[in-house]
Amino acid sequence: MYAQMIKSEATQDDPEKLAAFQARIDAGDKIEPKDWMPAGYRKTLIRQIGQHAHSEIVGQLPEGNWITRAPTLERKAILLAKVQDEAGHGLYLYCAAETLGVSRDELTEMLLDGRMKYSSIFAYPTLTWADMGAVGWLVDGAAIMNQVPLQRTSYGPYARSMVRICKEESFHQRQGFDIMMKMANGTNTQKRMAQDALNRFWYPSLMMFGPSDKESVHSEQSMAWKIKMNSNDELRQKFVDQTVPQAEYLGLTIPDETLAWNEEKGEYDFAEPDWSEFFDVLKGNGPCSVERIEARQKAWDDGAWVREARLAHAAKKQAAKVAAE
Amino acid sequence: MSVPGLIRMGDNTLVLGQRVSEWCGHAPALEEDIALANTALDLIGQTQLWLGLAAEREGKGRTADTLAYHRDAWDFRNLLLVEQPNQDFGVTMMRQFLFDSWHLEALTTLAEHDDTEISAIAQKSVKEVTYHRERSSDTVIALGEGTEESHARMQAALDRLWPYVGEMFSTDGDDLTDMAALRPAFDTYLETVLTEATLVRPHSDFAHMGGKTGARHTEHLGHMLATMQVLPRSYPDATW
Repeated sequence: MYAQMIKSEATQDDPEKLAAFQARIDAGDKIEPKDWMPAGYRKTLIRQIGQHAHSEIVGQLPEGNWITRAPTLERKAILLAKVQDEAGHGLYLYCAAETLGVSRDELTEMLLDGRMKYSSIFAYPTLTWADMGAVGWLVDGAAIMNQVPLQRTSYGPYARSMVRICKEESFHQRQGFDIMMKMANGTNTQKRMAQDALNRFWYPSLMMFGPSDKESVHSEQSMAWKIKMNSNDELRQKFVDQTVPQAEYLGLTIPDETLAWNEEKGEYDFAEPDWSEFFDVLKGNGPCSVERIEARQKAWDDGAWVREARLAHAAKKQAAKVAAE
Repeated sequence: MSVPGLIRMGDNTLVLGQRVSEWCGHAPALEEDIALANTALDLIGQTQLWLGLAAEREGKGRTADTLAYHRDAWDFRNLLLVEQPNQDFGVTMMRQFLFDSWHLEALTTLAEHDDTEISAIAQKSVKEVTYHRERSSDTVIALGEGTEESHARMQAALDRLWPYVGEMFSTDGDDLTDMAALRPAFDTYLETVLTEATLVRPHSDFAHMGGKTGARHTEHLGHMLATMQVLPRSYPDATW
């Protein structure tokens, strides 16, 4: 879900090699960077890990928006640490992608020129302090749903980075819920902020799992390769079933009049998000899509002289070292 | 009474921590982003200790948070250097280097303070600030001698910030230690780093004053506080 709508690449490799590769995956083997892999597997993974990495980096922005306005010193430190963790996640993931033969700079350029995407959720604005709670509770909660199974994904470096990321994400989710509890049990204005945050983030959070399985045509190959572990609808249902009691505990109302417990199925019935909005966001028409890429572009452009100088300095040091030997 | 001196230490770390945190998500590279966030986190942590102790000793029922969020600019006692805006990465890192170089000397002295609560905070902070100074020095050196452009930017940053260096070594009875006594060690260290960075120390030693006494802050502090304090000031009944 930090990587949505990943199209699996068809592959035209040697059928014998393909069968052996599939047998390894079926046996639960991990694929490592130097192992043979189908071109389509490599390409799909680059796209998925890259999109996930971009989501972490762009995801710093909506929360970074409140660091300078955090209402206590402790909240400021917690939020700063959280956004710093996201930069760290981006770093592990870019490194995992690099093992597949693509550089961080190439991936960054693809994000900036629109060839690569980031999760739709980060194209939404954070408007009050309660949004820091809602993002942790709902967005990180949804991310965990997807990422816990990805710890078992077939590509070794991706699976290992997920183990570390998941530990930190579950911590983030608890922090988010803690903010929501404070807000939901606070003054009338704080309660209003909490409900407003839930209203704005509920459907975008459901969209994080991607469109319904019926319309998700690219899943099958990825599931066979164990790059994708569960279907979109399965994860979305699990998320709703987990989140509804939490909202009740907070005394907040999920903005869905059709939401009801289905005794027979043992799960909640709920309304689908507006998928036309989702596709608009993916096209770059999210409420903050332009600002997010502008901010990344500015950081990239403004930082160019620093990156160049660091490289030049490292080269000079290296040359001096060689000369001294 | 140590309260004014504690507030000076805490206001420095608070204002610089807030400034550095503005970079989060916008730095030139991920590694820089993470390192800046780390520095800001350390500074905010130190703020909680210094202002926490100040509030406790003051005995008026205030806390580190009320000191941070419910004072106006004229009651802040930070150095003018730390309220200077971030501008480009060069100015940010030069400001950090100048501050760290003073900060480490100050903390090393305070770590030996007779007052054990003060020395305990200083000892904890020394560990963090040793790393801050190492990193900001390395950055000043790398960018100072990196490329023609980076060299020019770093020299401009040094020239721009130099008039705010002198205030760090002005001192009065409110300080926790004699800050003037730290200048020789600072100058020696500065010279070593600037030489390696191929940067030239400005000739004029003119110094702007007024931050640590509160007599006259720059225009920048008010804007920073307006942002930082907006929630607790707008919703005084709320707890967060």
